[in-house]
Amino acid sequence: MTAIDPLDMPVTEAGKGYWSGVGARLIRDPLTLICMSVIALLILSAIFAPWLGLGDPYKGSMIARLKPIGTPGHILGTDEQGRDMLARLIYGGRLTLFIGLTPVVLAFFIGGTLGIVAGYAGGWVNTLIMRTVDVFFAFPSVLLAIAISGALGAGIVNSLVSLTIVFIPPLTRVAEAVTSGVRALDYIDAARASGASALTVIRVHVIGNVLSPIFVYATSLTSVCMILAAGLSFLGIGVRPPEPEWGLMLNTLRSAIYVNPWLSALPGLMIFITSLCLNLLSDGVRSAMNVRD
Amino acid sequence: MSVTEPQTPPLPTPLADSAPDKGGPAQPLLIVRDLQKYFPVRGGILGGKKAVVQAVDGVSFEVRKGETLGIVGESGCGKSTTARLLIGLLEKDSGEIIYDGQDLGGALSLRDLRRGVQMVFQDSYASLNPRLTIEDSIAFGARIQGLSDPVGRARKLMDRVGLAPDRFAQRYPHEVSGGQRQRINIARALAMSPRLVVLDEAVSALDKSVEAQVLNLLADLRREFGLTYIFISHDLNVVRYISDRILVMYLGEVVEIAPVDDIWSSQAHPYTKSLFSAMPSMDPDNRTKEPPLAGDPPNPINPPPGCRFHTRCRFVDSVCKTKVPALRPLTAGGQHMAACHLHDLGSGHKLAGKDVLS
Repeated sequence: MTAIDPLDMPVTEAGKGYWSGVGARLIRDPLTLICMSVIALLILSAIFAPWLGLGDPYKGSMIARLKPIGTPGHILGTDEQGRDMLARLIYGGRLTLFIGLTPVVLAFFIGGTLGIVAGYAGGWVNTLIMRTVDVFFAFPSVLLAIAISGALGAGIVNSLVSLTIVFIPPLTRVAEAVTSGVRALDYIDAARASGASALTVIRVHVIGNVLSPIFVYATSLTSVCMILAAGLSFLGIGVRPPEPEWGLMLNTLRSAIYVNPWLSALPGLMIFITSLCLNLLSDGVRSAMNVRD
Repeated sequence: MSVTEPQTPPLPTPLADSAPDKGGPAQPLLIVRDLQKYFPVRGGILGGKKAVVQAVDGVSFEVRKGETLGIVGESGCGKSTTARLLIGLLEKDSGEIIYDGQDLGGALSLRDLRRGVQMVFQDSYASLNPRLTIEDSIAFGARIQGLSDPVGRARKLMDRVGLAPDRFAQRYPHEVSGGQRQRINIARALAMSPRLVVLDEAVSALDKSVEAQVLNLLADLRREFGLTYIFISHDLNVVRYISDRILVMYLGEVVEIAPVDDIWSSQAHPYTKSLFSAMPSMDPDNRTKEPPLAGDPPNPINPPPGCRFHTRCRFVDSVCKTKVPALRPLTAGGQHMAACHLHDLGSGHKLAGKDVLS
């Protein structure tokens, strides 16, 4: 070793864990932080909706129907039955976010596990899992969700189940692709050569290296899932009226589009903002999770 | 390449917790007999077996305790497949692997074999988990094998391979250079206290000055810990520097095996001969004017019958196309062995025994 050692400089990141490094990189990314705050705000306001002093989202009024945005007492106006839009939008976030996130979380665990197992095991296990998954790819996801929901019957639980089934195949496929890439690397061979069991190799060496692409992909699916869930409600096989839910509200306000177009666009705007922020957030998290930057 | 002057070596001290010697000094550490590995080539709608790649076909050799066996050959000749078979990363189709007198699959379990045999890979980056600190990577194997104090062991080995533990232990692989990563890989292999280390092109990807440092480190470690090496490389000079004996492979078969000085002075197999004459010379008057060997090696899916080298051999005769030459000593009881009809007077080759090679 020569006298000038490029590594003989102050150790900056040494001693810190991987996740604190991810956190440090996230803090330096304003766009991701903004998106994160918007999502946090939406989730918090949905959770604490009853304590925010809003009007009753179910209480209508025959005389105060379709009031425009900015009406005193109804800042965002009222819907076609005279219910306060602000209250309905915030209360609607509860169901929309729940239906938008739960299937992705479930599918993330189920699909991720299936994909990692398929990618690591290879051979007939892989063929079995991946060919089964391929069957689901034969149907467009919207059609599949509608078909399963339709078969199970309308209702929130059934839409959750059908959306979960819709999102398992793409997540399995992504997990399988990343895992079989990692599986071919020498450090997996080195770990196997040290006598570690398949489970230990997966736990220590595979999961950490495949999680971030799967996670990022799952994050990007949440916006799709919200839109699909809204679509199911819009079609009348998801949430039932009078529950406030953005997709359902979009459906019921559709008839008011000629009377008060800005008002009827509000639920769509909420869906748009949420999915945009989720997408930007997933991009930011992906670059923060990349060790080599 | 600077060669460290070998001082009177101190007695080798086996690595802590190294498995005890079973067969005594005369027992070769590793005996490989008729090792065979064919890879199926699948295709078609149903994934049926279409052909087989004869990656390793009937390879036999011995590695004595404390020696370094160099394995050379072109790309695709089965060197790496052999290495992976030896540490159990691939399952052999047939043949025997006998480690210190114990047969793998019989008296010896795969887990025990992995305790005694470790490997250093060529690609120093791909062979380290990017999400683990260097210390964790080195300690992993020792932890798996249930050895005492994995972290202390890792730090001690880091120090031994020339990486200050305080400065490097918490770093990640992408923060260090290629040579340093290869030192980490060596420490990682040694952390399980193996007796045999398979070095699969371990220095090939390094630049020349770093390569020399790592080679010297390997030579020192071997002396210090009484290790045995199988050193796979395509660089003959490197193999000569580190090896005691050299094994030459061609298309999945052993064509020649000999002590390094013997093979350096006279190559018995035409393939070895051309391999050596392909080495660039330092002397400008001694230029290589014509390619010593033309063409690519034949496809291992359908290797030529008889001697596999006959399609490219200058001395090819009719017998070479039909009869497979056996690997046999050039002189009775000698250490220099070659698989070529030229050295078998009874083979029917018209040039047999005529000494055409030298």
